[in-house]
Amino acid sequence: MTAVLRRIGALTVDGIWWLGFISRFFAMVLIHSGQSFRRLPLTIREIYFSGVLSLLIIVVSGLFVGLVLGLQGYDILQRFGSSDALGIMVALSLLRELGPVVAALLFASRAGSAVTAEIGLMKATEQLQAMDMMAVNPIARVVAPRFWGGVISMPLLAAMFSAMGIFGGWLIGVVAIGVDNGAFWSQMQAAVDFRYDVVNGVIKSFVFGVAVSLIAVFEGFDCQPTAEGVSRAITRTVVGSALAILALDFVLTSFMFRGL
Amino acid sequence: MNSSVSSSSAALVRLEQVRFAYGEREVLRGIDLEIHRGQVVAIMGGSGSGKTTLLRLIGGQLRARSGRVEVAGQDLGGLPHSALYALRRRMGMLFQFGALFTDSNVFDNVAFPLREHTDLPETLIRDLVLMKLQAVGLRGAAALMPAELSGGMARRVALARAVALDPMLVLYDEPFAGLDPISLGIIGQLIRRLNDALGAASVMVTHDVHASLELVDYVYFVSAGGIVARGTPDEIRASTDPYVHQFVYAEADGPVPFHYPAAPIASLLDKVSA
Repeated sequence: MTAVLRRIGALTVDGIWWLGFISRFFAMVLIHSGQSFRRLPLTIREIYFSGVLSLLIIVVSGLFVGLVLGLQGYDILQRFGSSDALGIMVALSLLRELGPVVAALLFASRAGSAVTAEIGLMKATEQLQAMDMMAVNPIARVVAPRFWGGVISMPLLAAMFSAMGIFGGWLIGVVAIGVDNGAFWSQMQAAVDFRYDVVNGVIKSFVFGVAVSLIAVFEGFDCQPTAEGVSRAITRTVVGSALAILALDFVLTSFMFRGL
Repeated sequence: MNSSVSSSSAALVRLEQVRFAYGEREVLRGIDLEIHRGQVVAIMGGSGSGKTTLLRLIGGQLRARSGRVEVAGQDLGGLPHSALYALRRRMGMLFQFGALFTDSNVFDNVAFPLREHTDLPETLIRDLVLMKLQAVGLRGAAALMPAELSGGMARRVALARAVALDPMLVLYDEPFAGLDPISLGIIGQLIRRLNDALGAASVMVTHDVHASLELVDYVYFVSAGGIVARGTPDEIRASTDPYVHQFVYAEADGPVPFHYPAAPIASLLDKVSA
């Protein structure tokens, strides 16, 4: 019993230390972010690596999620004779939840892990130290552009995911099953509120982008400079990001969508 | 060689009673040393003797627990980050395996400090980079990526990058590690030649006794956290100090014992026979 309590205590203390370190690191990234915007090509390059190169997995996954939503949605809605509402169901599920959350989970595994690996390997091969010895701050030159690249990419990827998902839902519902095309789009247009549904979804994906990008750059920068250390850091990025996304999603949803 | 650099001239690097510890483990215990412009100085010692720590203290990557580390008249201990970076713009460092940026080619690696710290037009940067690469014999390799270079070539590119801003002080961390004899000779000559051309000071941490005694002006031997011997290469070769003798002549046993501390083997044999 004592051992269990001791273990819980140690984990809590470790967690608080980790939160402290990552908060301090976040402050450092923000302080040194000026260069990311003054030298835009650095950040644009990272948007390409994090965003553009993640497009394939986002587009394909979004399409399949939309196809499944179309099938499942039709199966449920037609029991109540409201299969015309398929467009609303698909659109709201994607814009409010699945788009931001699933896109963020995919982004963490594809781009987050790559950023951690890249920064971790730069540390292991003394590239960060070399930069520091050349009087170039690695947080300003390496970390901040990757952080902002991720933060900017994430809402765009989530939007792409939702768009592909809606297209997938339309493909199954309208083209394959035969739901009325006009009803599909007009009901969606009438029921989806720009401020309440779309903007809240964008806010969610922005928050997830900050969380995933911060965890990815922090774990890379903080890792042990060995092959094993880099591998552990990548695992921590994927696991930590997934937990952070799901926890933040609950918090944000409880504030945004209370049916008030 | 500058074996007789005037001791009266102001030292570019001065360490006074420097102590340093990693946590509770004290690595350096009261180090004193001086390095002057024009000198190439080797810091030698066994693995774990604290010589790389010493190099990092001089580069300002670590701060001494007590004592004074002075570079170009500035005490690194109390130096704010911005002033340390201003000082580092006048330093160069060659890392053990080059530490080239793997996402940039040779040209961009050497151009990196010039682009970061100067407002020179790209045409002038191009000329300067090609001159530096010419000096290390790799002008023809400007378009290659680091993964396409041999260990010796990577070290030469890193050397060109380290001297891109014509530094007053160049730090070398194990510059000869893992090199074949030809590359080792080339790197040794380049270190000497570039130091003399720049009128800089060079500090080299190395295990390679014979290669470094051929090119350096002065040697400090570090052991157990202190300087156990110092002198010109000739003085080192002639030293009767047991540690220096063991190190220079690569003797297996001596002040650095062959056996890891253990109970006498006789006591084990007694137990077996009983």
